Amino acid sequence: MNSLIFLIPLALLLGGIGLAAFLWSLRSGQYDDLEGAAARILLEDETNEPPGA
Amino acid sequence: MNTGAEVLLASRALGDGLWQTDLSAPTIHCAGCIRNVERGLGGLPGVEQARVNLSTKRVGVTWRGDTPPALIETLAGLGYPAHLCDSGADEKDPELARLIRALGVAGFVAMNIMLFSVSVWSGADAQTRQIFHGLSAVLALAALLYSGQVFFRSAWGALKTGHTNMDVPISVGISLAFGLSLYDTLNHGAHAYFDAAVTLVFFLLIGRTLDHMMRERARSAVRGLVQLSPRGANVLRADGTYTYLPVREIEPGSRILLAAGDRVPVDGWVEDGVSALDCAIVTGESMPQSVKAGASLRAGTLNLTGPLTMVASARADTSFLAEMVRLMEAAEGGRARYRRLADRAAQLYSPVVHSTALLTFLGWMAATGDWHRAIGIAIAVLIITCPCALGLAVPIVQVVAARRLFESGIMVKDGSGLERLAAADSVVFDKTGTLTLGRPRLIDAGAVAPEVLSLAGALAQTSNHPLARAIARAAGTPVQPLPLAAICEYPGLGIEARVKDDVYRLGRAEWALNEATAESGTVLGCNGRKLAAFAFEDALRPDAATAVATLRQANKNITIVSGDRADAVAMAAGQLGIDTFMTNLLPGEKVDYLRQLGDAGRHVLMVGDGLNDAPALAAAYVSMAPATAADIGRNAADFVFLHESLSAVPTAFAIARRANTLIRQNFVLAIGYNAIALPIAIAGYVTPLIAALAMSLSSIIVVSNALRLKPEKTAAVAAP
Repeated sequence: MNSLIFLIPLALLLGGIGLAAFLWSLRSGQYDDLEGAAARILLEDETNEPPGA
Repeated sequence: MNTGAEVLLASRALGDGLWQTDLSAPTIHCAGCIRNVERGLGGLPGVEQARVNLSTKRVGVTWRGDTPPALIETLAGLGYPAHLCDSGADEKDPELARLIRALGVAGFVAMNIMLFSVSVWSGADAQTRQIFHGLSAVLALAALLYSGQVFFRSAWGALKTGHTNMDVPISVGISLAFGLSLYDTLNHGAHAYFDAAVTLVFFLLIGRTLDHMMRERARSAVRGLVQLSPRGANVLRADGTYTYLPVREIEPGSRILLAAGDRVPVDGWVEDGVSALDCAIVTGESMPQSVKAGASLRAGTLNLTGPLTMVASARADTSFLAEMVRLMEAAEGGRARYRRLADRAAQLYSPVVHSTALLTFLGWMAATGDWHRAIGIAIAVLIITCPCALGLAVPIVQVVAARRLFESGIMVKDGSGLERLAAADSVVFDKTGTLTLGRPRLIDAGAVAPEVLSLAGALAQTSNHPLARAIARAAGTPVQPLPLAAICEYPGLGIEARVKDDVYRLGRAEWALNEATAESGTVLGCNGRKLAAFAFEDALRPDAATAVATLRQANKNITIVSGDRADAVAMAAGQLGIDTFMTNLLPGEKVDYLRQLGDAGRHVLMVGDGLNDAPALAAAYVSMAPATAADIGRNAADFVFLHESLSAVPTAFAIARRANTLIRQNFVLAIGYNAIALPIAIAGYVTPLIAALAMSLSSIIVVSNALRLKPEKTAAVAAP
């Protein structure tokens, strides 16, 4: 019974963090282009190239 | 042409000299395309960032400076024909974001309450159970207030207008379940239905969100495929200079310079110049029309060969296009009266469920006199019959069907279109641009000597005229480049070029040949002597004959309604074996014809593409348009097919019919499950555990059944 006193808030907190992360990812536009995200993993990382190369 | 000015009109200022331009490029489809487009555009001077959205087939470009970079030209050079979309107008969909947030909250709460519930079911002692029920109550309240709003609002809206929809029994069920559970929790009862109430909200929101996403996706992909109405035009000012004005600001009497390749922005007449006009999308005529000074012009037609100076005779809102929009609004008929299957089911369903619950309450009240027990059992009846599976039964099938259609290159606007298509028994086709591709094709290319044909092809390649392009296509690429010199195009007449001392002319017979012959049509002449004559036809869409045959086998009545000349329509009808066709129809007459069919009890599928078809598309019971159709036609149509092949029509029919069967099966499954569970609930044996299990199980069965939708026979139709 005693363990519940901190386990329940802990469980809710973890769940709440998950929910907050989901809402954040939604707001930052990560669900705007699901197909594009899937395709982009196939692209080379271009950070080392000069822009426009 | 004026793309620079036009891009600027369609761009949105971000401040600091930054601009945002959105382009739609429907041919983007893979990772390679993303890289090509982003690198190509990113490399242009002034471009800060280019970002492709693969789901909506769009490119967002931010750039700096006073004149926009050559975005459209660069994309065209990379092989992605693109056009402008209105920047920012349809950026985010607040409704979808709202649904997904509601779904996230409901999912989070449902998971946590389910954790508490499982420990209660596993036999938690009374004190722990009390804590868990209390926590569940708090969480459930939050979920119902936030996520449940979607249903409460829709139910309230329906009740206010004196109707009932699926959301009414849902709202009543979850509110009562929550209310009784709260009462029990406060009175230290053993059972609480918080989990059932929240899981129900979660499952139903999945159905709702899928339904919404399907419609939005189709809408945004369809929007702005081809920009047919120009955004502006070069207007001549009193001081002799030209300014690029938005279409809305063009007044009657303004003089407009129309370059070859521009669309006529408003109704008017030609003041100066000679050219050919492509009227296919406006009137359905398949052959280009020659115009010269004095000829009248309709908004939406395409100027093909030469520059014209025109005088506007109407404002944009009284032009041909606006007239079509008014006709369309007046024509909305068959589909406005249509009520969706789910709503019709709800109309029968809610009275039955509510009276059963009431009778159960009265029965237990009479039998035991224990009002708390009677209410508890009545609410268990409501929860067990709550149309969870029923709420998923329709949207899940329609989402899967829309997915299958999308794989075959067909977009559907909403689920009701699928339901109506399944019921259609007649098909009415437009001719130009629908049964045919709306571009001429050379007949009998084999009858022309190969070297003459390749010479004609070399000449024709320099022109934009549809007939010239047809010759160029038939001739293919010349083996060796011909020594053509002094190539010159005479608008409305043809093309002239020199090879050494000979003058070749490709074009109208009376211009290309100097003997006074009775010859007409298109010829190739050398120094006025005829080398070859060319005849054209409007090529049928690929698979048109197979598609029509398949439809006929399925016992559909097939008719052609066209604005084109009788002989052209009769030829196409003959090739396809269609007996009934009507010719020279005005847009209003097409609507009247569809109305007659509708009054005769027929459910008509209209397939059409032109501006002149748009009112008919709106008037039909269900409608379909190719992606090349005019904007307003595409917006009026329930289905839009992206590929050239006409096999999209029978494919859509097959999938719609199959979806309809699955929806009915799902109804039977959901109702069958209720028939089994209801007596148990009425007898008072349902505990929260049984309710949760039964609900999830029925949803899973309904979803699995929907996934059986495969484009089985349609594959055979698509492959000729």
